[in-house]
Amino acid sequence: MRKERIDRGLKVRTEGIYAITSAREILYLMGPRILLIVGLLALPLVFELAPYWKKVINIMCAYALLALAFDFLANYVGLVCLGGAFFTGVGGYFAAIFNVEVGLPIWLSMPLATIAGAVFCTVVLLPCLPLRGVYFAIVTLMYPLLFTRIIEALNILGGTNGMTGVAPFPNAYVENYVIIVLALAFLFAMRRFVNEDAGLVLRAVKDNDQSVRASGISVTRMRIIGVFIASLLGCLAGAYIAHLYMWAGISLFALDFSIIPIAAVVIGGGGTLVGALIGAFILVPLSEILRAFGTFRIVIYCIILTGFIVFKSEGIMIYLQRKYHQFERWVKV
Amino acid sequence: MELLVYGIINSITLSLVSLGFTLVYSISRVPNFAHGALYVASGYLTWLFLNQFLGFPYFLAILLGVIITSLVGAAIYQFILVRIRGMEISEIIATYAIGLAILEGLRWGGLRGGTFVLPAFFSGSVSILGVSVDYQRLIIVGAGVLTFIILYLFTRLTKIGLAFRGIAQDERAAMMLGINSDMTAVLSLAIGSALAGLAAVLLLPLGNIVVEGGYNVLVFAVAVCVIGGLGSWGGVIVASFIIGFAQIMTEYFISAHYQMVVALLAIIITLLVKPSGIFGKQKELEERV
Repeated sequence: MRKERIDRGLKVRTEGIYAITSAREILYLMGPRILLIVGLLALPLVFELAPYWKKVINIMCAYALLALAFDFLANYVGLVCLGGAFFTGVGGYFAAIFNVEVGLPIWLSMPLATIAGAVFCTVVLLPCLPLRGVYFAIVTLMYPLLFTRIIEALNILGGTNGMTGVAPFPNAYVENYVIIVLALAFLFAMRRFVNEDAGLVLRAVKDNDQSVRASGISVTRMRIIGVFIASLLGCLAGAYIAHLYMWAGISLFALDFSIIPIAAVVIGGGGTLVGALIGAFILVPLSEILRAFGTFRIVIYCIILTGFIVFKSEGIMIYLQRKYHQFERWVKV
Repeated sequence: MELLVYGIINSITLSLVSLGFTLVYSISRVPNFAHGALYVASGYLTWLFLNQFLGFPYFLAILLGVIITSLVGAAIYQFILVRIRGMEISEIIATYAIGLAILEGLRWGGLRGGTFVLPAFFSGSVSILGVSVDYQRLIIVGAGVLTFIILYLFTRLTKIGLAFRGIAQDERAAMMLGINSDMTAVLSLAIGSALAGLAAVLLLPLGNIVVEGGYNVLVFAVAVCVIGGLGSWGGVIVASFIIGFAQIMTEYFISAHYQMVVALLAIIITLLVKPSGIFGKQKELEERV
């Protein structure tokens, strides 16, 4: 006996846009997407009476952005970033500088910090981009640790106390919906981007860089684009967190920002982009429940992460997609 | 004079720390991001054997600590890495996660503060070239040089050592000649972890056993390996002398805070000027895009 998997007829018909003939088929296509969008938008209203969990939703979506960045870098550009905290730290500090030192309002400081931070991250990561192998992982591993030390040692940017007095959001709804809408918008934008020409070339860079070079496209340039987009997402999350906590300090370079996105992607399913979101939505509430354990939470993530890598490397999202699009049956061999 | 003596000591410290990392990478092509964690774990185990369990004699405690660390390293390969061999992204994430789990687990288990101290082998100090150096640092230099000589002879004279070099140079050809690639990888992780443990028991008597030490060790090991050329053993020695002296010089002339900055700058300059490191010739074509 062996298990046979066959695509559902509905999937085959709805793959080409013209074959859709009924409301049922439209629902089949749109259902999961609408469920995600409506569910996420309704989340703050569901937790209306639990202000603590409304805060958790914010953090959850910020982590979702970071996970999205990690997934994009690892599975579409082929660069493993072990220090997502570097992006949040840079974004957060830029937001604090623009808001506190320059005095820009929040709706200017966040986007500016995102772009300035992304440029900064890309320039700093530039030396290891023409190289294959583990160099990118090594350098990204070092940066958050190093920047913490540098800020502590030189006592710049507020030193160990951090920069206080960053402007908060006007009210809790803005706080919630800014990040929810941004997370959703970036998710769908990224899904579209990876299927555009540029995304296709990026995937080629990951799979076979020599063929990209042979086509007269600069591998380094494509990687710069990839790293810029990923750090855009990461710095946005950092800038948002700085405004949320009204503070930017060295804890923005903390390990949580590096390891939770990685765990989220591995659990959710690498390469699906939605999986990154789903992984973050599972892990961040879990981490709130386990708050009493302190640093032991990181141990738990790491064990879950290693377990998923070894035993279930496809992740939740790919598993669900398979169940949704295909049916299985046992056949005699 | 002080610069020279302490520069040499610092350089040998660095090379001891990074030897394990480069050995594992050159043989099994696995970047062992759990290296720093194994370093701290071995120090902690030695401390446990020394103070908690019946009070073993110091020598025995060290031996047990190093052996258990080496078994842990072998187990990491045998049970986890072997299943994801060849998937680079998974390898990196898995070793990083294991390292973090060990380090943060130890932190959670109470490894903080100044209570965890290994005693020096011999106390006292001696004057060399007009600079007073304590015995522990002399032992580090001696043990470092000895380790290099033993490793050199091991890889040149024994069959396993030759198999190591064969796998490092060309895995497929080596496999065709009957060298078991998984077996050598397990051994390489065991030896690499034992080297991390050895570095820990030698270096930790100079300070406390702290979790942050694990991250520092990893960063410095990686810096030395990148500058020397990933997987090149001669490169490790040269690079640790470059970084070691640069650090001592900055500490002497500017301030101790800049030690990390020196390592970072060295990495960036190397990546810009000669991306495959000083001695990374062998794999140069593979690493450049």
